[in-house]
Amino acid sequence: MDLETGAVADPPAETLAEMYAMLIRARKLDERCWILHRQGKIGFHISGMGHEAAQIGIAWAMRRGYDMLHPYYRDLAMVLACGMPLTDVLLGSFGRQGDPSSGGRQMPNHYCYKPGNVFSVSSPVGTQLPQAAGLALAEQLSGGDRVVITCVGEGSTSEGDFHEAMIWAGVRKLPLVVVVENNEYAISVPMRQQMAIERVSDRAGGYGVRGVSVDGLDMLASYRVAREAIDIARSGGGSTLLEARVVRLTPHSSDDNDTTYRSVEEKIALKAKDPLPRVRASLIARGALTEAQALDIEERALIEVDAAHRAAEAAPYPPNAWALGPVFAGSGDGHG
Amino acid sequence: MPKLGESVVEGKIGRWLKQVGDAVREFEPLLEVETDKVTTEVTATVAGTLLQVLHADGAVVAVDTPIAVIGPAGAEIAQAPAPAETHSRTVETVQSRSPLAARATGQSWVSPVVGRMAAEHGIDVATVVGTGEGGRVTKKDVLAFIETRGVAPAPVELAAWEQPGTGELFRPSEEQPGTPVTAAPDVSQTAGETIPLSAMRRAIAEHMLRSVSTSPHVTTVFDVDLSRVAAHRQANKAVFERDGANLTYTPYFVAAIVAGLKKHPSVNASWADNAVRLHKAVNVGVAVALGEDGLIVPVIRNADALNLLGLARAINDLGERARRRQLKPDETQGGTFTLTNHGASGSLFATPIINQPQCAILAAGKIEKRVVVVTRDGVDSIAIKTMCFIGLTFDHRMLDGAGADAFMSTVKAALEGWA
Amino acid sequence: MADKTLIEGIREALDEEMARDPRVFVVGTDIGPRGGVFLATQGLYAKYGPKRIIDAPLAESSIVGIGIGAAMHGLRPVCEIQFADFIHPAYNQIANEAARMYYRTGGQYPVPMVIRAPYGGGVGGGLYHSQSIEATFAHVPGIKVVVPSTPADAKGLLKSAIRDGNPVLYLEPKKGYRMIKGEIPTGDYTTPIGVARVSRAGADLSIFAYGMMHHFALQAAMEAAALGIDAEVVDLRSLSPLDTEAVLASVRKTGKALIVYEDNKFVGYGAELAALISEEAFQSLDAPIVRVAGPDAPAAPYSHPLQDYFMVNTKTILAGIRKLAAY
Repeated sequence: MDLETGAVADPPAETLAEMYAMLIRARKLDERCWILHRQGKIGFHISGMGHEAAQIGIAWAMRRGYDMLHPYYRDLAMVLACGMPLTDVLLGSFGRQGDPSSGGRQMPNHYCYKPGNVFSVSSPVGTQLPQAAGLALAEQLSGGDRVVITCVGEGSTSEGDFHEAMIWAGVRKLPLVVVVENNEYAISVPMRQQMAIERVSDRAGGYGVRGVSVDGLDMLASYRVAREAIDIARSGGGSTLLEARVVRLTPHSSDDNDTTYRSVEEKIALKAKDPLPRVRASLIARGALTEAQALDIEERALIEVDAAHRAAEAAPYPPNAWALGPVFAGSGDGHG
Repeated sequence: MPKLGESVVEGKIGRWLKQVGDAVREFEPLLEVETDKVTTEVTATVAGTLLQVLHADGAVVAVDTPIAVIGPAGAEIAQAPAPAETHSRTVETVQSRSPLAARATGQSWVSPVVGRMAAEHGIDVATVVGTGEGGRVTKKDVLAFIETRGVAPAPVELAAWEQPGTGELFRPSEEQPGTPVTAAPDVSQTAGETIPLSAMRRAIAEHMLRSVSTSPHVTTVFDVDLSRVAAHRQANKAVFERDGANLTYTPYFVAAIVAGLKKHPSVNASWADNAVRLHKAVNVGVAVALGEDGLIVPVIRNADALNLLGLARAINDLGERARRRQLKPDETQGGTFTLTNHGASGSLFATPIINQPQCAILAAGKIEKRVVVVTRDGVDSIAIKTMCFIGLTFDHRMLDGAGADAFMSTVKAALEGWA
Repeated sequence: MADKTLIEGIREALDEEMARDPRVFVVGTDIGPRGGVFLATQGLYAKYGPKRIIDAPLAESSIVGIGIGAAMHGLRPVCEIQFADFIHPAYNQIANEAARMYYRTGGQYPVPMVIRAPYGGGVGGGLYHSQSIEATFAHVPGIKVVVPSTPADAKGLLKSAIRDGNPVLYLEPKKGYRMIKGEIPTGDYTTPIGVARVSRAGADLSIFAYGMMHHFALQAAMEAAALGIDAEVVDLRSLSPLDTEAVLASVRKTGKALIVYEDNKFVGYGAELAALISEEAFQSLDAPIVRVAGPDAPAAPYSHPLQDYFMVNTKTILAGIRKLAAY
């Protein structure tokens, strides 16, 4: 971002093509996981379909692999963007030994990818927020220039941990960007029953923090807004609460029956908001991609997903000993 | 009622093998028909539920008269459309159509809301009386149709992520599918050596297994007289050498394949989820053996833009770099057809595995002199010719024998007529 | 060597570890210029500044959460919870996050952090400044729990905790902060985690205790000696990991076990000790295992006589010793 004018330049055409390729990889992998679940091959899947454009836009605004990411379970596109291989995601879904997130210990989609500076996703929601603030604080204390990006759903902003983390962010002007991927549903609870405000970003002022909302279905808009927030954080300008409005195209998770709280009409309308076709169209319209390139990307992604699927499904299970540890670093495990 | 014989004009319904309400699979026996010559089992031409039987056991019915209706369960039968043109249509179908298909039928234009409602309620728009301009089916028409029929929405094909889950989280693991199967038998205990898999071997294994389980593989074999090719090669080898190309038989095969693909574009295709995608580009992959390590298939992009020299050069270069493991990842991508010269290692003909997501793969066998019978002016004689078996293994989902053989005939002609 | 107090032992440990390792910092409420409500960090703010002694907002979950993040980043946080009674909002971050992080990431992200909290009653603090919470956390795999009862151990154990590389809950018996005095060895020393200490050797019965109760148990043992009962007293020091060998060795020697803890009796820490002893040393037992523990009522009352009635003390311990010795 140009710190004087505040203008953020869009990425060049080759970069846009890369972003599109990552977007498609995320979507194809996500679809494959749903299919695997319905085939009874994996026990659980929780999806990011509808969130991808925001995630890819934000990811490219980061220094991926350098800046720190403390994501949540819908952040498939983001963790792929930070370098996590497709196979590794599926190793987690299949609970196999080589799963880098947890060696088969955690449920699927609880990502952790140390080589990409991606921290471990937990199940209790919002716990990552104070931890992300801690990462940012430590970076600040160490005199480093890395930014911490952490993501939550809008439901998790009701947790006390959100409030507490925001306090730290504001008081300490932490190099932290809190991304709220607002898909307007916390499982079945709609936004109007989760908060009395229209925009999550309106909360920011209460903590003395920058608050921004963006159309998360627009990849480039998300990129610009994130880039600005990250540049400000990196230059010591403090934290931003970045709300990206997205859609959740799927039920909450593989077990959820969303017909109990979303009507057929609503789901049809939702599907029309799928960000992927419009990103595709807009990239072609601005000449960053040709139709042939887009098709090629889409075909390749499927081939990649196929290969990852086969590799993960064929991988060995972890040894039983992995159920019992490791509990402690260094010598001496357990109660003695 | 099918036409079961050249002179047959009617058939007697022997007995129905299915009852109204039964599920019927495509090709499943539906009824027995008696003619004065023979009793024949007539099979269903579509899958669905037997909704209506129009003529009972013992009825004598003229050929081409509708005798039954098969459709989606619960669908009500509207007026039966006019009998189909071909003899083989014996049952009428009521099928739900996606809005796209409705638009593609050539009927008057279907509006978006009509298309959506039709899809949701499993209605064939063609069966709805249209009161709009030019007989167009309007939203009101569809609503009226639904009211009078009281049709329950037909189950629409939902993607995995559109299908709702059970709503119950974390059931006991015993109740959850996908519990790990017992470990594969431990082969490491038999006497022998365990060789760990290289990345290439793993990739080949995955690809081959997936290909075989994806495409129904069928092979058709032709033999080719390579005399003219051999002669051309002999005459031009030195010239090509000077132009920096080692002229093998391979460029000839590729050129012939290109001719075949240009003339039969249905072979230059890929299966794409309920459609066949015809590729504009003609990108021919040439399999290169890498000894014990495996094989790799570099692709000659836009092979139709290259002449024989160009092809020879491309093949040299790609083969050279393949053997030296210097191919760029891009260079094995994007192929629309593959050639494998298995004959180089002495094999006569083979049934290779299709290189997904392509439609077919051509196997060129050993080129050797064989004795053949030549007929000239009605007189047979024996000749010694340079012959080669070429086999096409193709994906029978998108290509049938006739199409495959037509392609091969073109390839054969191109090779045999080389000038 | 002059006697030092428990709180001085704690402060010295913090000071020395911060001087030794620039990664160590302390975070908590009121620990900065004020020096902590018990003066545990008195003088440290002036010495190390606001980047090493960090005053936190009144938000316990984030005090621990921040610590987890900082620890994963590579620092060594010492997180102070002002009173153990207020640790509950941080339970999620402690038990679900800190304790499980190393396991759930397959060893990729250790969490080297210490959580310090004053615990225990007898200070007129009522229900919310007197609680014992060690059982709740000793129960959780992935976090270590230690309780010093002497100034020397306070310093040594805290140093060990800071250097351990794992989440350690360091519980400080607040009644003893200034009451317990003792010698602190000079030089850089650590008290190993997972090692108990026999503070009084004896033959007739074994008393297992920790924190403030260890002192009362020692006092009771001395009074019992005058009655001809020779009690061995073991200061557990480390609740998790527990020095099981020391416990079993003592029981095998004396044949009788008395477990003392001030926490509510039912499902308290002593229950685990009793189960362990009966499982592993059954054939050495000459009497039932006895627990002298706090009543099962919601924490210590304020009114003086009520508090005295509520708390385990030398008298109630002595009564337990006599009964067990007579069995």
